[in-house]
Amino acid sequence: MRRLIPHPGLSVLLAVVWLLLANTLSFGALLIGIIIGIFLPIFTAPFWPRRPQVRFRHAIPYVALLLWDIIVANFQVAAIILFRKDDDLHAAWLPIPLELDTPEAITVLAGTISLTPGTVSVDVSACGKWLLVHALDAPDPAAEIARIKARYEARLKKVFI
Amino acid sequence: MIEPGFLAELFTSFLIVLGAGFALVGSWGLVRLPTLMERLHGPTKATTLGLGGILLASVMFFQLTQGAWSAHELLVSIFLFITAPISANMVAKVHLHEERLSETVSVGSAAGKVPASPGAGDWATYEAPHRDTPVTTSDK
Repeated sequence: MRRLIPHPGLSVLLAVVWLLLANTLSFGALLIGIIIGIFLPIFTAPFWPRRPQVRFRHAIPYVALLLWDIIVANFQVAAIILFRKDDDLHAAWLPIPLELDTPEAITVLAGTISLTPGTVSVDVSACGKWLLVHALDAPDPAAEIARIKARYEARLKKVFI
Repeated sequence: MIEPGFLAELFTSFLIVLGAGFALVGSWGLVRLPTLMERLHGPTKATTLGLGGILLASVMFFQLTQGAWSAHELLVSIFLFITAPISANMVAKVHLHEERLSETVSVGSAAGKVPASPGAGDWATYEAPHRDTPVTTSDK
């Protein structure tokens, strides 16, 4: 079914991004932002057939947690780079079993893992049930997998229905 | 009596030095970490806090000296957060291809060879995604 506004969240985001680009809150900029926000999702709707269900009251604490983790983990990785000898570095491949089952949720989890220093998402399995992650320093791979699942995936399950 | 302009400059200087320091550490990580996959961690991570510090300094500077809020820095950080994981992912995928192509034992990661996918089928870099799985975005 074609809707007038196929992706309301995307429309709002586009309008806000336009206002940030214009760097003003004038009526003209707002008008152009709204026009872009309405028409761009309509033209790109064929690329986005599904509409992910996002619960924003869970998404906002998740973003806050993510920002905090990025700051903390940046210091940890900086310490590893500066002070750790190569022999003491326990790099590991972590195959993470996924419970998330929508492409959007898995993408956000993969992005989270790449943004939090010390881990990079490498690939998803063809069956979509495993995520391959490379960790810079994980002496106990099983514990690291459990930490990622508990800290990020469990929270994302509440964000994406 | 310390004038407010001095405090503003002190604060922005601190943020710039902090950001530049993290960028430097990330670049140093690129040089000194043992192999490709480990090196990938340095530069992709330094951008987050390194650039974050510098952008925050820019916001504070224009606010404290000219009294105008600038939103462009926020946009830069949003675009960075969207693109940084993707470029890291692309390099990692190339590593997967390289490893499968090379006859010898991989030296691309201190963690050893890429493990086989535990699920049904291979990793998606090697094999087309299966139908009716979260990897495909078919409209149901």
